[in-house]
Amino acid sequence: MMRAREILVAAVAAAAILLLTLAVPWLRFVFTIAIAKGITVLGILVLLRAGQVSFGHALYLSFGAYIVAFAAPFCPEALLLLPLAALGATLLGLVIGLFVSRYRDIFFGMLNLALSMVFYSTLEKFYSITHGTDGIRLARTTFLGMTLTPETQAWTALGLALLLAAVFAILVRIYLESPMGHGLSAIKTREARLEFMGISAQRVLLAAYVLSAFMAGCGGFIVAMATRQVTPSLAYWTASGELVFIAILGGTGSVLGPFLGAIAYELTRVYAAALFAEGWQMILGAVLLLVILFAPGGLWSILRRMARQRVGRDARP
Amino acid sequence: MSWFSDNGLLLGLATLDGLSYAAAIFMVAVGLNLIFGVLRVLNIAHGSFYAIGGYSAASLGLMFAARGLPAWAAFAALAIAAAIVGVLLGPPIARLLRRTQHQEPVLQLLVTFGLFMILEDLQKLIWGVQPIVFDRPLKLLGNVDVPFAGDLIPFTRYQLFVLPGIAIVTLVALAWTLRRTLFGRMLVAVTVDREAAISQGIDADRITMVTFTIGTALAALGGALSSATASLVPGVGAQTIVLSFAVVATAGLGQVEGAAITALLIGLGRSTAIYFAPELEVVIPYLIMVGVLLIRPQGLFGVIETRRI
Amino acid sequence: MAFECIGSTLTRREAFAAMGVGALVLSGRLAQAQAARPSELRVGIATYLSGPASVFGVPGKQAAELLIEELNAAGGIAGVKVRPIFVDEGPGVDHFVGEYRRLVQSENVNILFSAISSADCLACAPLADELKRPTLLWDCGTQRIFEEGKYEYAYRTQANATPEILAPLLYLLRVKPDFKTVAVVNQDYAWGRDSWSLFKTGLETLLPGVKVVAELFPKFGATDFSTEVTRLLALRPDVVLSTSWGGDLDTFIRQSADRNLFERSTFVLPLAESSLQRVGKALPAGHIVGARGDHWFLHPSPKDPALLKRFTDSYQARFGAYPIYPCHHMAQAVFAMKAGYEKAIAAKGGAWPNDAELAAAFRGLEFPSLTASVKIREDGQGLENQIVGTTFHSDKYPFPVMTDMVVFEAAKITTPVGQKSVDWLKTLTPEVIKTLPAPVAFKG
Repeated sequence: MMRAREILVAAVAAAAILLLTLAVPWLRFVFTIAIAKGITVLGILVLLRAGQVSFGHALYLSFGAYIVAFAAPFCPEALLLLPLAALGATLLGLVIGLFVSRYRDIFFGMLNLALSMVFYSTLEKFYSITHGTDGIRLARTTFLGMTLTPETQAWTALGLALLLAAVFAILVRIYLESPMGHGLSAIKTREARLEFMGISAQRVLLAAYVLSAFMAGCGGFIVAMATRQVTPSLAYWTASGELVFIAILGGTGSVLGPFLGAIAYELTRVYAAALFAEGWQMILGAVLLLVILFAPGGLWSILRRMARQRVGRDARP
Repeated sequence: MSWFSDNGLLLGLATLDGLSYAAAIFMVAVGLNLIFGVLRVLNIAHGSFYAIGGYSAASLGLMFAARGLPAWAAFAALAIAAAIVGVLLGPPIARLLRRTQHQEPVLQLLVTFGLFMILEDLQKLIWGVQPIVFDRPLKLLGNVDVPFAGDLIPFTRYQLFVLPGIAIVTLVALAWTLRRTLFGRMLVAVTVDREAAISQGIDADRITMVTFTIGTALAALGGALSSATASLVPGVGAQTIVLSFAVVATAGLGQVEGAAITALLIGLGRSTAIYFAPELEVVIPYLIMVGVLLIRPQGLFGVIETRRI
Repeated sequence: MAFECIGSTLTRREAFAAMGVGALVLSGRLAQAQAARPSELRVGIATYLSGPASVFGVPGKQAAELLIEELNAAGGIAGVKVRPIFVDEGPGVDHFVGEYRRLVQSENVNILFSAISSADCLACAPLADELKRPTLLWDCGTQRIFEEGKYEYAYRTQANATPEILAPLLYLLRVKPDFKTVAVVNQDYAWGRDSWSLFKTGLETLLPGVKVVAELFPKFGATDFSTEVTRLLALRPDVVLSTSWGGDLDTFIRQSADRNLFERSTFVLPLAESSLQRVGKALPAGHIVGARGDHWFLHPSPKDPALLKRFTDSYQARFGAYPIYPCHHMAQAVFAMKAGYEKAIAAKGGAWPNDAELAAAFRGLEFPSLTASVKIREDGQGLENQIVGTTFHSDKYPFPVMTDMVVFEAAKITTPVGQKSVDWLKTLTPEVIKTLPAPVAFKG
């Protein structure tokens, strides 16, 4: 029942996004970025199941984006760049994951933060290669051999983003239902019980971590395709904080939460900036506080509550 | 050995600089560490307290100077500003955090992130964007010359004595409070095991509130002290907080002495890097943190928490 | 002005309240057709309203408000009033790209001034061509934009990093031709690195044999330079270069001054004009400062002295500070917009130009600046003079002013069209130093 409704909501949302972008061109970019972040936040959500908050996942998103920026001149094909970005982020996630999956709670969060800041600093230090804060301009890309114009590239980015979002949402759903997924919840409640059953908590967390890095790499690919200018600010710690913000805003109860949260976040930011250019941060902060205080389950839980009330009302004679 | 005889003197200079830098980060990190101890939440808004403390001290100091108050008032301004920021911001925010105490830790963390965003803009609305400085305390004390290889290197007394001095006084006072006073022992009890402390009749909420206020005031004092040497600009809070995070995680949670030693490690590491490997300067704190946690996963002075099954 | 602001927020708030597909569709549609004389001329202005770079962004915004008010009071552009819409560059490129699109496709601006950050300029120049909306790059420094790309709709109304760094270097070589050692303390980000590589290339070409004794890149936004200062005190370089700005530069100057570093080395500070009023006389006399252009409210030979004085006085009266270089850069963008429109309208026999016609008008356009005039070259790069001077303590001002000012002619110090700066700098000969104009002293 719930699954059918989720699929329905997702399909309607995707259709609404496409329609809105057709009607309102400037929203296309906003939505593309939102979905890219949503995909990354999906990984954060997986880790949150284990009670672990990564304050450094922008690392994988930016790593994926930089791979795209560096590889595009040699290999312009978008359908090759995507797996390349995903693979790069996955490998990095594996190496770092082997290390950080031994840690929990604040140490886990802070190590992720520290490593993302090291990456951020590296981008600045290797100025001659990365152009530092100026960033790298993405070279022309192709899709199935066809050279993309800026316009078609933007559509490609959005199309791939929606497709990836759907695939990952289903994948994560299945994953969370699987024994591996339940293992994550066990890490959160009583890790020792997992160990008593002969399951390595570290390995369960590592798998989730690598999966999250993989998805973040894909998110980075889309961000690079959409902005066409890759800069180190993608890796700054506030960008990671933003991802956790989105996870909570959307709600961790459903795989649709991250996307809901990301779209709400980006739209709030755009409108807050338009309303009050000097104080958009304050508005976002206030929204975050209100959500946590009055709807700790995030937007998804608000939607579900509304849907339930509707069902309740309809059921009445 | 020959490298050392060539560079030993430079190491001496690097130590002097490292000490004052360590003192500055200790002031911020120790407050954060105390707050983490009692609340179990990493307070991201702590960086904003630092910035607001700096701005308030500069405003107050400039006001005192404009009113023609005597020179020592400049130092009083730093302390008064820190106390005001602590008392004004500490209790309401602690109360807000208490509301979310029984929710998931990540929600509490994000409450502080939301506060951070609000305070960042608020401080911009109040103090504007132009860099502000209040260097009267530094000017009053003047310089002292340090001999170096037949040369004299001037240092400010403020940097050489005041910053490390205040850090040491803070460290000793905190260590003494925690070990020797009733309040300190109750604080330690709450840090180690909140439930057990409550069952012993300790008013954990009050302890938390007072600790939070002290931690906030310490961050503000850190900012106030830095306002004498550095210009305050928007964004200084975001920079400060990441560094303090690194200190807290490296030190081990709730550890005052740990924070001091980590701050020293980072301060000395950074200044040595500027002399011998400037490219590493920015990443030194993180490298130290990763290195320490590789060897001691619970931090330098952390205690492995008993697993409650 | 305030009234206008409220009005504009209300409509947007209404749109937000509706969030309605309808309202959004409508605003999206509007973006397409235009060429008829609009009822108002909307200009989207990207500037820093948050973060450390707001020390430039906010004065730029203030200058824009002041100048556009004056422009409107005088009848606007060809009878059309101008309305600025400001957006914040603070959140980074990925957000900025969205804001740029929103300005074009939703706010339907006629022209954009963008941006302070070089990354934002690099990102928006291709966007300008893609969305076909005239864009004036008003403050960013990187020389890469027109050396690595060609644009139809993006133009720069000021100089770039190469002349901004070359001018102070030439000045240094002239006033201190025999220095042996140099150290650099730059912010660790693109501008700090880029400007150092330009300076170093020029120095190696014009005065080979100078030894670089320290290359220090403290992190962007650093608040403690005591270690750097100690090291420089011990090294005693003849010259210390720092292209830092904002809070970083203020702090570096103060901490150096507190410890008498200025007595041991000559400082070259190409952006210090923007910090003089804040650091005050903590910055001693006898050090070299630049202004990213010929921007100085006491310019020794302004083309239109009345214009500079009027602007300086009204800015000072309203905002309580003398205008700094971003105010001048903003003035250039406003003046270029006016001149561009007038040129395009004249070319069309009095009819209102469409976007392409307006964009084409900027190529080769010559327009006034507050101190001289700027010409936009055929590659889109602006040719702007540079002023460099030596600090001097006068009783008339509570902060250092410039003396021994040299105004460098733009064409002589700007990389020629089609060449890369680093290659061009290597072709310089010491002859250029000999042909510099004579310095002009501060006149009280």
